[in-house]
Amino acid sequence: MSWWKRLWRRRQMEAQLEKELSFHLDQHTAQLVAQGQAPEEARRQARLALGGPEQVKEKCRDARGTRWLEDLLQDGRYALRTFRQRPGFAIVALLVLALGIGATTVMFTVINSVLLRPLAYPEPERLVTLRGHTQQFGEFWGFSNPDFGDAKRESRTLALAAWSYGGGTISEPGEPEYVFGRAVSAELFSTLGVSPVQGRTFRPDEDRPGAAPVVIISYGLWQRDFGGEPSAIGKSLVLEGKSHTVIGVAPAGLQLDGVPDIFTPLEQTTDPRMQNRRAHFLHVIARLQPGATLAEGQAELALMARHFAEEYPTSNAGLSMLAYPLQKELVGDVGSTLWLLLCAVGLVLLIACVNIASLLLARAVSREREMAMRVALGAKRGRLARQCLTESAMLGIGGGALGIVLAGLTLHPFVAFWPGSLPRAEEVHLDWRVLVFTIGASVLSGLLFGLAPMLRIPVRSVEQALRAGARTIAGSSRRLHSGFVISEIALAVVLLVSAGMLGHTLMTLSSLDPGLNVHNVMAAHFALSPSSLESPEHIRAAWKDVVDRARRVPGVESVALADIIPMREGENSLDYWTAATPPPPNQVPFALASCVTPDYLQVMEISLREGRFFNEDDRIGSQPVVVIDENLAQHAFGSKRVVGKQIWIPAMGTGPIQIVGVVGHVRHWGLASDDQSRVRDQMYYPFAQVPDHLLHFFSSLMSVAVRTNISPLDVVQPLRQELRGAAGDQALYEVRTLEQLVSASLARQRFLLLLFGIFAGLALLLACIGIYGVLAYLTSQRVPEIGVRMTLGATAQDVVRLILGQSLVMIFVGVGVGIVAALAAGRILNRLVEGMRPADGSTFAITIPVLVIAALFASFVPARRASRIDPVTALRQQ
Amino acid sequence: MDHVKSDLPQGTLDLLMLKVIALGPVHGYAIAQRLVQVSRGVVQVPEGSLYPALHRLENRGLLAADWKETETGREAKFYRLTRKGLKQLETETADWQRLIDAVGLILGMADGGAQ
Repeated sequence: MSWWKRLWRRRQMEAQLEKELSFHLDQHTAQLVAQGQAPEEARRQARLALGGPEQVKEKCRDARGTRWLEDLLQDGRYALRTFRQRPGFAIVALLVLALGIGATTVMFTVINSVLLRPLAYPEPERLVTLRGHTQQFGEFWGFSNPDFGDAKRESRTLALAAWSYGGGTISEPGEPEYVFGRAVSAELFSTLGVSPVQGRTFRPDEDRPGAAPVVIISYGLWQRDFGGEPSAIGKSLVLEGKSHTVIGVAPAGLQLDGVPDIFTPLEQTTDPRMQNRRAHFLHVIARLQPGATLAEGQAELALMARHFAEEYPTSNAGLSMLAYPLQKELVGDVGSTLWLLLCAVGLVLLIACVNIASLLLARAVSREREMAMRVALGAKRGRLARQCLTESAMLGIGGGALGIVLAGLTLHPFVAFWPGSLPRAEEVHLDWRVLVFTIGASVLSGLLFGLAPMLRIPVRSVEQALRAGARTIAGSSRRLHSGFVISEIALAVVLLVSAGMLGHTLMTLSSLDPGLNVHNVMAAHFALSPSSLESPEHIRAAWKDVVDRARRVPGVESVALADIIPMREGENSLDYWTAATPPPPNQVPFALASCVTPDYLQVMEISLREGRFFNEDDRIGSQPVVVIDENLAQHAFGSKRVVGKQIWIPAMGTGPIQIVGVVGHVRHWGLASDDQSRVRDQMYYPFAQVPDHLLHFFSSLMSVAVRTNISPLDVVQPLRQELRGAAGDQALYEVRTLEQLVSASLARQRFLLLLFGIFAGLALLLACIGIYGVLAYLTSQRVPEIGVRMTLGATAQDVVRLILGQSLVMIFVGVGVGIVAALAAGRILNRLVEGMRPADGSTFAITIPVLVIAALFASFVPARRASRIDPVTALRQQ
Repeated sequence: MDHVKSDLPQGTLDLLMLKVIALGPVHGYAIAQRLVQVSRGVVQVPEGSLYPALHRLENRGLLAADWKETETGREAKFYRLTRKGLKQLETETADWQRLIDAVGLILGMADGGAQ
């Protein structure tokens, strides 16, 4: 019989045991009777020979080998009974644990999926991402195309591939639609190790300027526009007015900073930066060649970078190339937020454990006499300890099971709620690792809060415990209880102060002046009809038409075009200098450059400090002009009078450009990050002066920005209608109001504040429950003492003071410990959250009183109860 | 009870029970009886340890048990040896024999020690 069968048929086994023993007794008795004994005497002797029936049975049960399990079940049933006796305690404990474990599980699931699980490519650990570094810029992601080409050819340790952002309007098949795309080098798919689900990838001869236009479509587009038919391969797709042959379908979910819809060969792009060694706009990834290590790859890159610097000093002096594991790059700085949140929920879980521990301890202390009695009756201490642990482990596992359910329910809302987009979000799901983690966390929690009551099992001096009875309270239990309360308060202080710091930071950041009026402004990318892109004249006319039409839409006050929009992703930094002779290559200053139309200042309501902004007279052929911001004016000229001065911007031609105005600084990088950003100088140049050969490219970058006198989102629909164009193939996409962008720039801070606020609130609540429970218990233990005091003349007030004094000591020690810990936690927050204000007096001044008052309130209830004790009854209890 | 236990070397009770059971299916009471009879009263089976020992052997798969009627018409649990039990009996008997021989040799040494 297998052990589980034996266990299962326990009842039957018991009956058989009984039957077997009684048969034995009967046989023995019968034999003794046959030998001439009286039946009564025979029975007695038979019994004596066998020994105590219960002892024999116990030994037989031990012999079954399922004893531990039976004990476990018995302990489990015992625990269930105790829970049923106090359902309130069990429910609160389970809920608290479920919350703690559920939240921890959610955080761990996300960390597991995003940070820990390897990427879904073959041999993901051999994939690296390449980055550039100069003294002046620090580290940056971009590579120039010529550098990429040279490195690809020369490298022996790395197989390189590159991609850049792209996209365009697909006018056939289906409705005209703007799609996001990526221009990728031919090696990209093989480097990642992914194969197309249909067709093939690019051949090297297709990744050339002027080669026949080909395109690889995403799985999604294939399903949408081609119905998932294999015959899509070889069909034509009209992209930006140009017919492309579909040669392959990428696997579903293939990500390159988002999931693009189309892939085109990199060398076929019309991007003017392709031949520019100073334009670092390519993302480069690589796979380590078989046998090569990352260190070898890095060494080779360093060597190549030195060669390039010697060969092309003007562009590559001081430029080094670095390689990092791809996973790290993909995940970015999300890791710090995630670990931060895991720590915060971990603290909440810890408080929950401490809380339950103190409740269990209170019960254990009142059961001390029972325990002593059982030890005296021969119960083994290990057995009693196991019983205590079974009880808490059941709570732990029950809480864990509820926690997993809770985590399963909240995981996806949480991921959706993540500010911006969580990298690898679609990979987030529960797996065995999470289960192991959660079970581990539950059992560990159970053990953690089971330990305290277990320590109360009398080890020595059983008779003392028996004699003392339940009324006398051991000093060690009081110390342990105070320890619990102090640690709960300290942990709550850490969370409260962190939340306070985040709140303070958010308030400070929100009140910063973004440098423009964000209300009633809407901005959206805009794709011109491919038919308008034929000649520079067509393009200029088309854009003018867009602006004129947009102006006519009711509710629109002013309209401008711009290539970059404040606080939206996207940037363009240009070198400049202020004298005819350029400075040495590695000392060239640079500034954020926006290409705009004259009404831009009006739309954004940026303040004009000096001179003028652009007007209709600034156009191709006239004197090239720029407007700079006050930062650039300060850095480059150090004086107020800069209008009329000259500036050289190599990207706009070799000649000097005239500064015609100075405007206020705009927090382009977001309210939180602008102060720390690399590029803080800004300049504006007129769209009308963009040279003809660059117009086609610039057209793919431009956005429409409008200021409205009604709610900006209300003009979106009429605006779309008005701007559809004759062929109906012009589209607005990625519509955002500036208010949304500002708000998004603080999303991380707000998100952290919200979660920390929730955690801090939970911690506060749990700490208060803990204080209340512990004080209520300690006070009830002191009833006789209080009775004596009152008999001797103590008033109710004195008693309240006595109890509150006791809790105040715990509260203040807890707060003291907590402040030290909070200062340490504040340093971590400061490092990980941009724009973070250090913990200052006001944060403590707001959060600490909240905690102290809540804690005092929690202790007031037991104190009042104590003050109402009737001294006579109390004394009788003794 | 205790002094009997110390009379029987550790583990011997198992061996003796296996031997008795090897003779044919038998219930617990009869095992005790037979052990007393065969040893002419020298071996006193501690009845309190008999059943735990039987259950332990059953649990280890050395014994199997069936409920059968006795000649008096009552149901009793009859133990029999399994194949594994038989093998165990053989090895233990051999071990025991070796031990007895060895002990005999050593004890016999005193007589002829001078030679």
